[in-house]
Amino acid sequence: MVRPGPLTTVQDRGRVGVAALGVPRAGALDPDAHRLANLLVGNDPGAAVLESTLGGVSLRALAPLVAAVVGAPAPVRVDGRAAPWGAPVRVPTGAVLDVGSVTCGVRGYVALDGGVAVTAVLGSRSADLLSGLGPPRLAAGQVLPLGPATGEPVWIDPLPLPAPPAELQLRLDPGPREDWFTADALRLLATSRYTVSPVSNRVGLRLLGPPLERLPDRGELPSEGMVLGAVQVPPDGLPVVFLADHPTTGGYPVVGVVPAADLTAAAQAAPGTPVRFAVTGR
Amino acid sequence: MTERSEAGTRTVRVRRVGRSALLLEVGSDGEVAALHAELMRCQSEGLLGRVDEIVPAARTVLLDGVAQPELVAGEFEGRRLEPLTAGHGPVVQVPTVYDGADLAEVAGLWRVSVAEAVRIHAGCEYRVAFCGFAPGFAYLTGLPEQYAVPRHATPRTRVPAGSVALAGPYTGVYPGASPGGWQLIGRTELPLWDPDRDPAALLTPGTRVRFLAVEPKGAEPKAGEPGAGEPTAGEPGAGR
Repeated sequence: MVRPGPLTTVQDRGRVGVAALGVPRAGALDPDAHRLANLLVGNDPGAAVLESTLGGVSLRALAPLVAAVVGAPAPVRVDGRAAPWGAPVRVPTGAVLDVGSVTCGVRGYVALDGGVAVTAVLGSRSADLLSGLGPPRLAAGQVLPLGPATGEPVWIDPLPLPAPPAELQLRLDPGPREDWFTADALRLLATSRYTVSPVSNRVGLRLLGPPLERLPDRGELPSEGMVLGAVQVPPDGLPVVFLADHPTTGGYPVVGVVPAADLTAAAQAAPGTPVRFAVTGR
Repeated sequence: MTERSEAGTRTVRVRRVGRSALLLEVGSDGEVAALHAELMRCQSEGLLGRVDEIVPAARTVLLDGVAQPELVAGEFEGRRLEPLTAGHGPVVQVPTVYDGADLAEVAGLWRVSVAEAVRIHAGCEYRVAFCGFAPGFAYLTGLPEQYAVPRHATPRTRVPAGSVALAGPYTGVYPGASPGGWQLIGRTELPLWDPDRDPAALLTPGTRVRFLAVEPKGAEPKAGEPGAGEPTAGEPGAGR
């Protein structure tokens, strides 16, 4: 690891079946990009990869390897020479693979053939930044173990670069606690334009915009289980869309849930991106 | 809708949580315990179809990663459960040195001496109602209602691992050092969390628990204190 950028973590599909012990799911925020990166280098689709954030990442190969960079588009270089984004790339021993700052989106995924072979904790190699389980965020100078290559890279022409979305559209299935909010709050949520707050992280996509008002006579909600995509509304009224490192239980009411299919785009929504909710009729 | 029976129990209300999760809501800790036990039984017998997570909490049990939410919702909506008060399986003993920074304050809130507060806390049997906040952090019920205490308005920035603490009706034990707003009454050296153990948490939902008052390790019996080796009275400040 030459340069970890602002935040680079090891991620796979995360932890399943341990939420009742208070263990967050973790895992790649953009599961489509995670799977694609692995397929390009010939890995098992669930192998552990690197998830970088905005500013990219640099690695020196200690043995010849094949890498693929997908997710947020960014310039890719091997020892200073331009290399393709969205296709397998050979990195000879001693060469530096550099992924630059993203041109749009937030999270880049770097698969390495054989997969990142850090020790699995509770069935996953993912870093969980809420509870500190799994490998810590990567630091310069760190050596990453790779597993044995399991398949052949898929030598394709580079994939087309995704276009930056002008606006993030999130479907919202109301409940389980929509009855904790005023009718006005639900109307506001369905019609307002929010923007992605710069303090968003792997725990949640925090939004700026009109606060949602709770009904006055509701008191405090006893802690209850939380799901991926839950839109929790803390006392300041500003909605938070829960992402992979969300807490397993919470005491603020959830006004609705964003379907998992829409969270891939949420994981790539940069601070300042406008957000609209399409409230479903359920 | 929910309704109350003469016994005070409620029927199960099922709330939809997105497309593949259900929140099953009841009226009390005891009903959550009964519902959780029933769900675990149904899952082990393969009656629920695929369900990834069964997460009990204060008044609810969340089912997440449910393959057939309609079917499961129909099965549980409107069911009435006899509250379960005791936990199951053997009792986990938690040897505890009652010397927490807030023990005197808790005793004051309870209007008893520190020694009596320790006797009250160590005299109850507890049950793990649910986990949350951090991996392996268990919320234990069992302390009688009148001993509920508020949490600190300003949380401590660092609570040491193994701290035994109170908040609301719950007793909790911090598995690792973390910020926390609970009232600290003691500490244990029991390893509560070990990812290499199965299950990784010592205190899983439904587990029966007792706190056993012990002296700090290497503590010398003090002159004029014949009670050494007996349940400790904690820090000076007793006899309020």
